[in-house]
Amino acid sequence: MILKEKAQAGTFESSDILIMVEPLEAGAGRKIELKSIVMQQYGDDILQQLHRELDALGVQDVRIIANDKGALALTISARLETAIKRSAGIKAS
Amino acid sequence: MGNMSQHERKFKRRSMLYIPGNNPGMLQQGAVYGADGVLLDLEDAVALNQKDAARILVRHMLQNLDYSGCEVTVRINHLDTPFGRKDLEEMVPLQPDALRLPKVETVESLQETLKIIEQIEDEHGLPHDQMKVHAMIETALGVQNVYEIAGCSPRIDAISIGGQDLAADMQLVKSNDGIGIDYARKQIVMAAKARRIDVFDTVYVDVDDEEGLRDVTEYIKKLGFTGKAVINPRQVEIVNSVFTPTEAEIRKAVRVYKAFERNKKEGIGVFAVDGKMVDAPVVQRAIRVLEMADIELDTL
Repeated sequence: MILKEKAQAGTFESSDILIMVEPLEAGAGRKIELKSIVMQQYGDDILQQLHRELDALGVQDVRIIANDKGALALTISARLETAIKRSAGIKAS
Repeated sequence: MGNMSQHERKFKRRSMLYIPGNNPGMLQQGAVYGADGVLLDLEDAVALNQKDAARILVRHMLQNLDYSGCEVTVRINHLDTPFGRKDLEEMVPLQPDALRLPKVETVESLQETLKIIEQIEDEHGLPHDQMKVHAMIETALGVQNVYEIAGCSPRIDAISIGGQDLAADMQLVKSNDGIGIDYARKQIVMAAKARRIDVFDTVYVDVDDEEGLRDVTEYIKKLGFTGKAVINPRQVEIVNSVFTPTEAEIRKAVRVYKAFERNKKEGIGVFAVDGKMVDAPVVQRAIRVLEMADIELDTL
């Protein structure tokens, strides 16, 4: 998927995660900044999940800033997918 | 099917809890509040600029979360909006127990929607008879056409009244007594009964007024509604309790059913229980009470 612009999805509410996405130039790789209220227990798992799903979405060069408030894995997936699609210009309708 | 007994249908339908489709905390906890059904809402509870986020989130919830014990219904956006078609494309393949369609006004528009649903099901190799469709009646035109709408397809196994939109469409002044929508409630119930399908009442928006909720729930139960939509977990217990038979009602129903079984063996169709005549309709009501109380008839 080709990212075109900065985008975000999610909220700061409990059980949610706010994910901001910024396209980077080709070859820049992934720069992921993660904050989480469960960083100690699940930080590595969340990072692995983000990488796995960016692989699946075909996104290589991107800055991700994620602020997690205890989201389930499925919520993290949903918010990442939304942010990436928004960044790629895929509309809701 | 509408005239299925509750046991055949899997779920009771006393309370159906609306959950905003873009709220992960509420979505993941939806099944724990004791509601008979959850209504995952992509429509009015979601801001216009979050429709994509809600749709994606609800898709992930349906794919991963176990709402066991709860009937799962998704309310989609109307096909006249920019979001309705996409909602169908993403939700139909997941086959929730039902889809709730807002502002159904005519048989023609409903048939058009059902056709799109079937096309999507065909594309995914899915049957046409599993996922049910609930039509919301929320305009004066919908109320006028409700009997035809309710009988439009075997997939329509429930209809519901959307009181807020209906009041707006009828240009009613806001009131808590529901007088303005009373005719519509009765007409919608009658259409549902004539078509042998279920019928749900609208939400009660004042979540702090528990007494008012109980009063209106008792009223709509008397009118014949199957259950009621709720917007707050605090409302679930009140609605469930109104629609759950009392001990006295259950005892009476047991006496009626046992007498019916006894008399049936002797070929007697009409008899008396507690000094009152009992015939087929009374037995039918007693069976309904026993079903609502989770009492298996063959255990009596």
